[in-house]
Amino acid sequence: MSEKKILTTPIKDEDLDNIHIGDIIYLTGYLVTCRDVAHRRVVEEHRPIPVDLHGLAILHAGPIVRPIGDNKFEMVSVGPTTSMRMEKFEKEFVEQTGVKLIVGKGGMGPNTVEACQKYKALHVVFPAGCAVLAATEVEEIERAEWQDLGMPETLWVCRVKEFGPLIVSIDTLGRNLFEEKKVIYNQKKEKAIQEICQNVHFIK
Amino acid sequence: MNQEQSVKSMTETMAKFIAVMSKKLPDDIEAKLTELRAKEDSPLAKTIYDSMFTNQKLALELNRPCCQDTGVLQFFLKCGVNFPLIGQMENILTDAVMKATVDAPLRHNSVETFDEYNTGNNVGKGTPSIFWEIVPDCDTIEIDAYMAGGGCTLPGKAMVLMPGAGYEGIVEFVMDVMTSYGLNACPPLLVGVGVATSVETAALLSKKALMRPLGSHNSNERAASLEKMLEDGINKIGLGPQGMSGNYSVMGVHIENTARHPSTIGVAVNTGCWSHRRGHINFDEDLNYKITSHTGVTL
Repeated sequence: MSEKKILTTPIKDEDLDNIHIGDIIYLTGYLVTCRDVAHRRVVEEHRPIPVDLHGLAILHAGPIVRPIGDNKFEMVSVGPTTSMRMEKFEKEFVEQTGVKLIVGKGGMGPNTVEACQKYKALHVVFPAGCAVLAATEVEEIERAEWQDLGMPETLWVCRVKEFGPLIVSIDTLGRNLFEEKKVIYNQKKEKAIQEICQNVHFIK
Repeated sequence: MNQEQSVKSMTETMAKFIAVMSKKLPDDIEAKLTELRAKEDSPLAKTIYDSMFTNQKLALELNRPCCQDTGVLQFFLKCGVNFPLIGQMENILTDAVMKATVDAPLRHNSVETFDEYNTGNNVGKGTPSIFWEIVPDCDTIEIDAYMAGGGCTLPGKAMVLMPGAGYEGIVEFVMDVMTSYGLNACPPLLVGVGVATSVETAALLSKKALMRPLGSHNSNERAASLEKMLEDGINKIGLGPQGMSGNYSVMGVHIENTARHPSTIGVAVNTGCWSHRRGHINFDEDLNYKITSHTGVTL
């Protein structure tokens, strides 16, 4: 096995050279949960985001968080949500915030690919449904912003250590793992459909 | 117990059961994931399965919901007409959800439509969803409880085919969903298919299909053969864990069906993610419970 590849925030453009789709990496530093409405506020409402994301990572996620008094919080369970929901906003979001790592679930589309290429960023996937594993990789929630959005949508500013595994789905060269896989999946699907359809002539 | 005590007791039992379901997968799912994990050989697929199993272990150790998306609770009831709390069931389940939301804790997942605010307790207009079947000459109740996250709810699709499309149309409809939304719905998936007349009948069947234990088959021979053909066919696509490719795609395919109008074929598909949090519990007339989905669990 090769050495564990760990990115540390603030992430610089050159840190992302030589990282390609399908690679497994880990993150140490700051990871901020950010999903549907926060994207909308930044891109559509033009509201300044209360966390400076330059060089940092965002996580498409709606966690379960437990208040532990004194305006402090504990991460109970946090896992990625479907990234594609943010596709509509992600290019402008990356441009406006300077975020370097987008952590989520499933693939994203051409807007995000363009952003990753143009502004040097990565989209990576954390294995979804592994929310307790992810929570144990959060050392501390340092801040909570836009709490008016409710627990899932609040910007939870997390300090993380070796957060991962993160599988690179879009790299800075503009390659898109899921889109490339989809071509293969669709070819295999067509073949499977043909095979099955030979055996389902039930209406005669 | 008087009725008030009975209601309180059953509410507490259901709240505890919901909390358990959010933390531990049912026996059949655990066994299937263990089997599928052993059949993957790529480093990527193995890494992902390792994370999944570590996560389930940590969830038990730390007593936390294994997935952060604890869904909008759904309950499928087979309730005897003589079950003593038949009239109180909706209140019992609603209160149990509110209690489990605090105790487990569950994520707040009920957003009132149009007014667009999160109720903060997982209860809203029509949520939790409760689906009834009334059983004559019976004094017990059988409950399937289910928490599906947004990810595996998104692929849900129903449509009405013309009979000319035939069962070939059903096959194509199901397979297309697998490569469009299915791969983002946290494979390996459990796929539920409903075959009936119209969208609502097919859709409900496709969800009920997800309540069947793994390894069960449709009682109709042809439907059972289509379950197997679809399972093999979707596996051949090779979605692997998380849709990142691998040797297998699904934990199973279940079809539920009814008769249809001669002019239509209603078809629907629903997917369950690998973290298929389904629980099955029975109560007798004295409210003694029996859990069939999770062995060794006492509430």
